[in-house]
Amino acid sequence: MKHIKENLMGLLFFMTACVSIAAVILICIFLLASGVPAIGKIGLFDFLLGTRWKPSNELYGILPMIIGSLYVTVGALLIGVPTGILTATFMAWFCPKRLYGPIKAAVNLMAGIPSVVYGFFGLVVLVPFIRDTFGGRGQSVLAASVLLGLMILPTIVSVSEASIRAVPQSYYEGALALGASHERSVFHAVLPAAKPGIFAGVVLGLGRAVGETMAVKMVAGNQPVIPDSILEGVRTLTTNIVLEMGYSADLHREALIGTAVVLFVLILIINISLSLFKRREH
Amino acid sequence: MGEAIPRQLRDYRRDLKSVFLRLAVWFAACATMLALLFIIGYILIQGIPYLRPELFSLSYTTENVSLLPALINTLFMTVLSLLFAVPAGIGAAIYLTEYAKRGNKLVGLVAMTAETLSGVPSIVYGLFGSLFFVKFLGLGLSLLSGALTLSIMILPLILRTTEEALRSVPDSYREGSFGLGAGKLRTVFRVVLPSAIPGILSGVILGIGRIVGESAALIFTAGTVAETATSLFSSGRTLSVHMYALSSNGIYLEQTHATAVVLLVLVIILNGLSSLAAKKLGGEKTG
Repeated sequence: MKHIKENLMGLLFFMTACVSIAAVILICIFLLASGVPAIGKIGLFDFLLGTRWKPSNELYGILPMIIGSLYVTVGALLIGVPTGILTATFMAWFCPKRLYGPIKAAVNLMAGIPSVVYGFFGLVVLVPFIRDTFGGRGQSVLAASVLLGLMILPTIVSVSEASIRAVPQSYYEGALALGASHERSVFHAVLPAAKPGIFAGVVLGLGRAVGETMAVKMVAGNQPVIPDSILEGVRTLTTNIVLEMGYSADLHREALIGTAVVLFVLILIINISLSLFKRREH
Repeated sequence: MGEAIPRQLRDYRRDLKSVFLRLAVWFAACATMLALLFIIGYILIQGIPYLRPELFSLSYTTENVSLLPALINTLFMTVLSLLFAVPAGIGAAIYLTEYAKRGNKLVGLVAMTAETLSGVPSIVYGLFGSLFFVKFLGLGLSLLSGALTLSIMILPLILRTTEEALRSVPDSYREGSFGLGAGKLRTVFRVVLPSAIPGILSGVILGIGRIVGESAALIFTAGTVAETATSLFSSGRTLSVHMYALSSNGIYLEQTHATAVVLLVLVIILNGLSSLAAKKLGGEKTG
């Protein structure tokens, strides 16, 4: 009797372990089954490289959204990466002990603020600021980039800080002993050794920036056109889905699911390259 | 760090570049903190004056966009999602740490899929949920569809934190329990799990934070009905979706500000609780 119970529970644990595998398989099947036929109908090249998205005229080109996602992501990285890495360096090597607790808590809180709150903040503060300072409508590549840069900061900071702290103290001491200053020791001996971990943090941040939806939707303007300047509106892959999914039907709907397939594949590529990179480092 | 090293030695050869680097890290840290303080300060200062008692009335009307129904829905959604995700996550973590043998292929596969799941954007979850739970399983736009979608979304988080907590339980605990004649199951439930509770709890609270903050995955699965959901199969919007709906409407700016305050305060409380639980774990390990 006891034996049966042990085995039964073992089996149950095994089954729960399989849930995440099943979930990934289901997500793949359901997205691909509705998205891929649509991409086939539209034509892979017309879909991926078409510059016009006009569902009313049966034109489904998502190039503007791919480029839009690229622009805001690059913008977010330009803002988030330097600030994030420097903040992480500060926390690991420059921070007075008394400040560390509050800063750590603040970074954690930053990661926890819902994207609608970020988006609303962007809408009522960033967008008017950009409109008044630089002109244009305010809802722009710039607004989305700045907001996303803020949103990916905590990810980059936490991952980078952990990897900077994982560098052996002897690296730092060795550099000091050679006569380098505290700052130079940290930047020239410790940081290079932490590079793989920092890189992983940046890639995680990149994934978040590509995948963010609601906050971007609220500040980006959402025109499905390739923007000419950073003050023009932009639509990303994620926002394309959330904007039109509610009222779409037939091929339009399937084209949106196709957009999700492209997004999913993009994220998979990012994830896989990250884990390959991690494996090589080991 | 570096406290043991004489100060003169550290200051030796301080030059322009060093000064610049020091300024740069301070500047970046200050910028990060100021950005956060600005966001929180702005939301609180702009929102608190609009926190009127009418916003907490039991029913939602277009004249009084009460946030209480959405708050109640958030509570339902959280409980329901945790009901699915916590047992699944803890069970999987138990399998990975206590049952799987060394070199088991499944362990790598579960880790890989969990990592994939944690990278999937929430809008893709929303789309999947609407294709699978809403349409294919016929659950409709409902609390249940939303909760199932969210439970997949937070599963990797619960799985990873529980796994870490279980791995940090010393093997001597397990050996002691086996030595006293306890079976595997009893060892897991009576010895290993109880000592891992703070770690698991901190993961669960982080998961609650994600549920409370989620909007993109819920719009197409749980829908946007603004009233309190009356059953598992009725649609209802959570506080985040409510706030999104208000802000895209445009005419409810004051109420949106107030809703943002409630949402932010919820998240701050959850964050505090989570780090409290994590601290308890750290304290027990050293003590």
